[in-house]
Amino acid sequence: MNQWEVVIGIETHAQLSTRSKIFSGASTAFGAAPNTQACAVDLALPGVLPVLNRGAVECAIKFGLAIGAEVAPKSVFARKNYFYPDLPKGYQISQFELPVVVGGNLAIQVGQGDKAYEKSVRLTRAHLEEDAGKSLHEDFHGKSGIDLNRAGTPLLEIVTEPDMASSAEAVAYARALHALVRWIGICDGNMQEGSFRCDANVSVRRPGQPLGTRREIKNLNSFRFLQQAIDYEIQWQINEIEEGRKIQQATVLFDPETGETRVMRTKEDAHDYRYFPDPDLLPLVISRDWVERTRAGMPELPEAKKQRFIADYGLSAYDATTLTASLEVADFYEATVAVAGKAAAKPCANWVMVDLAARLNKDERELADSPVAAAQLGGLVARIADNTISNNIAKKVFEALWNGEGSSADEIIEKQGLKQITDSGAIEKLIDEVLAANAAMVAEFKAGKEKAFNALVGQAMKATKGKANPQQVNELLKQKLS
Amino acid sequence: MSLTLEQVRRVAHLARLDISEAEAQTTLGHLNGIFTLIEAMQAVDTKGIEPMAHAQDVAQRLREDRVSEENRREAFQAVAPETEAGLYLVPKVIE
Repeated sequence: MNQWEVVIGIETHAQLSTRSKIFSGASTAFGAAPNTQACAVDLALPGVLPVLNRGAVECAIKFGLAIGAEVAPKSVFARKNYFYPDLPKGYQISQFELPVVVGGNLAIQVGQGDKAYEKSVRLTRAHLEEDAGKSLHEDFHGKSGIDLNRAGTPLLEIVTEPDMASSAEAVAYARALHALVRWIGICDGNMQEGSFRCDANVSVRRPGQPLGTRREIKNLNSFRFLQQAIDYEIQWQINEIEEGRKIQQATVLFDPETGETRVMRTKEDAHDYRYFPDPDLLPLVISRDWVERTRAGMPELPEAKKQRFIADYGLSAYDATTLTASLEVADFYEATVAVAGKAAAKPCANWVMVDLAARLNKDERELADSPVAAAQLGGLVARIADNTISNNIAKKVFEALWNGEGSSADEIIEKQGLKQITDSGAIEKLIDEVLAANAAMVAEFKAGKEKAFNALVGQAMKATKGKANPQQVNELLKQKLS
Repeated sequence: MSLTLEQVRRVAHLARLDISEAEAQTTLGHLNGIFTLIEAMQAVDTKGIEPMAHAQDVAQRLREDRVSEENRREAFQAVAPETEAGLYLVPKVIE
């Protein structure tokens, strides 16, 4: 792979979280019976006119602000002409020459741990458009069934520059974008329901050569498919070129069953959309004032929050990135720190990212349904911080909180007698007993076997039922054996 | 600038218009007439003038994000050629 460079650009369709459609007053709720949410405008009955939804425009403004783009003071809706039965007008209303959002950047974190690196992906544009309906090709005795409930649902199409160089970067971008649109509340991000779908433009080239011919993989609705489809496509293109064939520009579909991409259409039969400004809609004018009012109502953005976590809580960039992966996680973390105290910000991060995350994962639960609330977790971390309990006992208390054995860490520690023994006299007494009972180990240690020391610590911790401070036990043991 | 007969046929195809050879000829004449008009207009110096996207220099009116339409499927489907299970049926199309 070293002698090949991969170039990827991504187009994403994010369904906007409005109540009504972009140009009509029909509902956008998911899952309704077919055609019960398709009104005269969505059906393109003669004489109807589109009227733009303020909510959809506001979503676009929020997105523009979130990526540091220019929100166009004036943008224009255009007709994209093609014939398909799930598009009753014979054209899709979209934006072409003058989109509502121009430029911007999205910071992405690629990989994990030591190999993680950051990158900034440039965005070309984002524009407002309407979704089409749905065609069902089975079971209608040789005919297709059309459901127009989705027709007219507002979409924001978000287009990047060809800035990604691997499937990992493409997935990192898609994840960051997914988190962002949910963070600012403009899209529910439900990929199964098609609220967030990606097209990937992929090409390969030898380093230093001009861009290769690209193929576009359409409609990828999971991060895993995005990764698989791109990996397959890269390998396929390299093989083609290495075997002396040329890549033909094409639109391809990914088949999750076979893990392969197959051609949907080539450049020769590409659509000629004959875009032109829609005479039914006037230019969309967005005042500075509207942009500033929207800005004032926005939550702190992921990047700003991340920098604040690093500065205020002393977290590493990696921890801060993980904790700002979604607004829910960030809020949970801050609520935990609020109870545990800023001094315990780092252990709070570990508990949220590691222990809680693993436990949620085990039960296949989302953070929103965590049985352990942020305040409870904060209370637990506070007791570790003030040496009331050890880390090991804390795991027990956490499990008890998870199982609802008490309403707070304090209550569980009290009820189950888990308070750490810090009285060194009491610990010394226990250690003496352990040493007496394990004379063989003591002899081994004295004969130079370092391992025996750890075994003795283990015995001592066992004798205290884990309630002693391990560090204290360690030190006392060392003293006694020296 | 003038169109060719081939271009007229292509535009007709894109618009799903079935035109005869004679109609294509007539249409070519009409369209080239329009192009002559456009050419005359293009002779005007428009340097420094911002192009308009609409004939009227006004801004798009916006509606509040509110559901105002009720389900009227029965009325809409009463005039459809064929429906089943709430769906509109059309000749089979698979890309």
